[in-house]
Amino acid sequence: MSVIIVFLLVIAGFAGWWLSHQRLMTKPWLEQGMAGDFVALDRSALPTAKIGLGVFLAVVGCLFALFTSAYFMRMELSDWRALPVPRLLWLNTGVLVLSSVALQCASVAARRGQIENVRLGLATAGLTALAFLIGQITAWRELTADGYFLTSNPANSFFYLITGMHGLHIVGGLVGLGRTSAGAWNGARPERLRLSVELCAMYWHFLLFIWLAIFALLAGWAATFIDICRQLLT
Amino acid sequence: MVDITPADAVPPAEVAEVELYHPHSWWTKYVFSQDAKVIAIQYSATATAIGLVALVLSWLMRLQLGFPGTFDFITPEAYYQFITMHGMIMVIYLLTALFLGGFGNYLIPLMVGARDMVFPYVNMLSYWIYLLAVLVLVSSFFAPGGPTGAGWTLYPPQAIMTGTPGGQDWGIMLMLVSLILFIIGFTMGGLNYVVTVLQGRTRGMTLMRLPLTVWGIFTATVMALLAFPALFVACVMMLFDRALGTSFFMPAIVEMGEQLQHNGGSPILFQHLFWFFGHPEVYIVALPAFGIVSDLISTHARKNIFGYRMMVWAIVAIGALSFLVWAHHMYVSGMHPYFGFFFATTTLIIAVPTAIKVYNWVLTLWRGDIHLTIPMLFALAFIVTFVNGGLTGLFLGNVVVDVPLSDTMFVVAHFHMVMGVAPIIVIFGAIYHWYPKVTGRMLNETLGRFHFWVTFLGAYLIFFPMHYLGLMGVPRRYNELTDMAIMTESAHHLNSFISIMAFIVGFAQMVFLFNLIWSIRHGREAGGNPWRATTLEWQTPETPPAHGNFGKELPIVYRWAYDYSVPGAKEDFIPQNVPGSFGPSREPA
Repeated sequence: MSVIIVFLLVIAGFAGWWLSHQRLMTKPWLEQGMAGDFVALDRSALPTAKIGLGVFLAVVGCLFALFTSAYFMRMELSDWRALPVPRLLWLNTGVLVLSSVALQCASVAARRGQIENVRLGLATAGLTALAFLIGQITAWRELTADGYFLTSNPANSFFYLITGMHGLHIVGGLVGLGRTSAGAWNGARPERLRLSVELCAMYWHFLLFIWLAIFALLAGWAATFIDICRQLLT
Repeated sequence: MVDITPADAVPPAEVAEVELYHPHSWWTKYVFSQDAKVIAIQYSATATAIGLVALVLSWLMRLQLGFPGTFDFITPEAYYQFITMHGMIMVIYLLTALFLGGFGNYLIPLMVGARDMVFPYVNMLSYWIYLLAVLVLVSSFFAPGGPTGAGWTLYPPQAIMTGTPGGQDWGIMLMLVSLILFIIGFTMGGLNYVVTVLQGRTRGMTLMRLPLTVWGIFTATVMALLAFPALFVACVMMLFDRALGTSFFMPAIVEMGEQLQHNGGSPILFQHLFWFFGHPEVYIVALPAFGIVSDLISTHARKNIFGYRMMVWAIVAIGALSFLVWAHHMYVSGMHPYFGFFFATTTLIIAVPTAIKVYNWVLTLWRGDIHLTIPMLFALAFIVTFVNGGLTGLFLGNVVVDVPLSDTMFVVAHFHMVMGVAPIIVIFGAIYHWYPKVTGRMLNETLGRFHFWVTFLGAYLIFFPMHYLGLMGVPRRYNELTDMAIMTESAHHLNSFISIMAFIVGFAQMVFLFNLIWSIRHGREAGGNPWRATTLEWQTPETPPAHGNFGKELPIVYRWAYDYSVPGAKEDFIPQNVPGSFGPSREPA
């Protein structure tokens, strides 16, 4: 359970940092009126939707941290046989990086008001994300063709489970991306479009980050890394 | 330090107005409503309805325990199903849904001075997915093989095997699907509660001016958002084991002389995941209760809450610590002695902030102008009950005491006191307190007092003797103990007595439900602020609050939520949206 504990410590650190800016040491029973500096404490200047997405991504991060914890705990049992990582996953990783970059470009374009570039970025991101999904399914088919079935070993089970959850996460993102694209083609208000493109970009960068983490996990580097850390500590 | 700006210098409604969704038809106003107040009532009504099912299940269990051998239809399988569904419904579908979905939805926007939740559409979806989860749960009663009988902790391997009711039928599948749906629905609602507290607060409502109710619900929601994923992961993996034949949790096992296809899985892994959710869940239910009780005590004792800052810090500290104690539910599963030591220590440390809260409640009462209204009675009952249940928690937190007591009725008595009776008593107090705001009428006083005394005394007569049964060694989870040496004559009599009390307490809840329905039409007119309280929900222009909560302009907050009996003030309470300062007590101490 150490992975989830570390993840929660990061969240707790962030929450602590935020709380420390909220003047929790004040004595509210002595202070009345509208103090001038209270205005800054009322709410964050960030758009509410971004904060909402941030909280949601923290929950998703928690979910994947828990899968990782379970992975490490199950891995220690004797019947674990690591499965070979299909080389196709490298290509998929590249495609997903491309998708994230495209959305970043769309986000920059939206800030500059270049609607054509926004559309180009959104379309590229959507297509590359679909290509990633197709690539993942192909990787699954390769594995099953080689005899690595879901039930034959826990390593396989985890591989399908975690990549499947990540795929669902992308499908959810594609719904949001679809709505944003509809707005981009049907002439949504610029500031509204800009916000939704930025939200998509945020979601996609997180998606990529999660993918890199689970790729490292499934390929076995994460375990090696933890072993090195453990040796350094002992 | 004091009165930095003159009040009239503040321009009104500087906060950007939220785009409010306006319903156009009866359906969108009352059924598919996006108004947090309607969603709150939908949540509460659904939770109460499913809670009644759990109440009936507890009666059936008590029939069997109190009068063993009398009722043929309560087979051992049926008894396990009753236990499982009673526990699961009460903890998740009633308490969590009612505190966060019900009170959270109703009180957060009103108390922080918002017109609605920040994502009303998502909020509506949250309720409908919750309803779907409840319906899937209920459908398992009618599925072939009935609901699951795996115990509310659903431990594998037994949960998905033939011997357990529902294990190889539909029961366990429906249970897991229902939980997954509940978590998805809750996450949608939870995002709303958190972000509304962060971003929806009106001008002047700093974090340290929030009523403790909001602090409790807010912290509990943050915890729930981080803890429920653990249950989600456990459910998904168990669903894979059951439906697709993987071996995440299932070891190699022989069932009815046949080797199952599972191999090498770890049941302990499930326990870790489950309790990583399960322990924070205790506080997800307790923290809103802590917050609400603080407000009830302060309002009905006409005195400011003692140690507001400590109360806030204690809520946050309890929330953080509760993620580090989960394995104290697993002492009997076997663990390294150092781990046992670690988890016993963290468990005992939680008692410190919790005790601070109890002291502060008592010190708030000290020399207060105590009005023994029904909400106050329930609040006082909560303190007693919670202290009682908390103290036995200290026993069970220690490994050496827990191991012999773990499988006895002592544990049943402990957790019912601390997370069954105590939070439900707060829910009752809160309903008596806020019902006038929700409906515009008071609940009937006589029926209310009857309900209080029967519930409070009756719950004690049920669960206090149960501790003694546990100390005698009476095991839990057994549907019949007639021929065992520990079951002396007196233990049988005690069991029958507990059962009779359970029926009486259950009957009192019917009186309460009658009161809830009857008072909507026939209750005394309450007016806008019957308890003369300071918080914003009592200052709305209309009662019940209209769509948008606060009329044309949002209120501006000038003070904290606890200005009761301020010396020099005209009345013994100053609402949060009243400017100006009063009297000598305002000098820095």
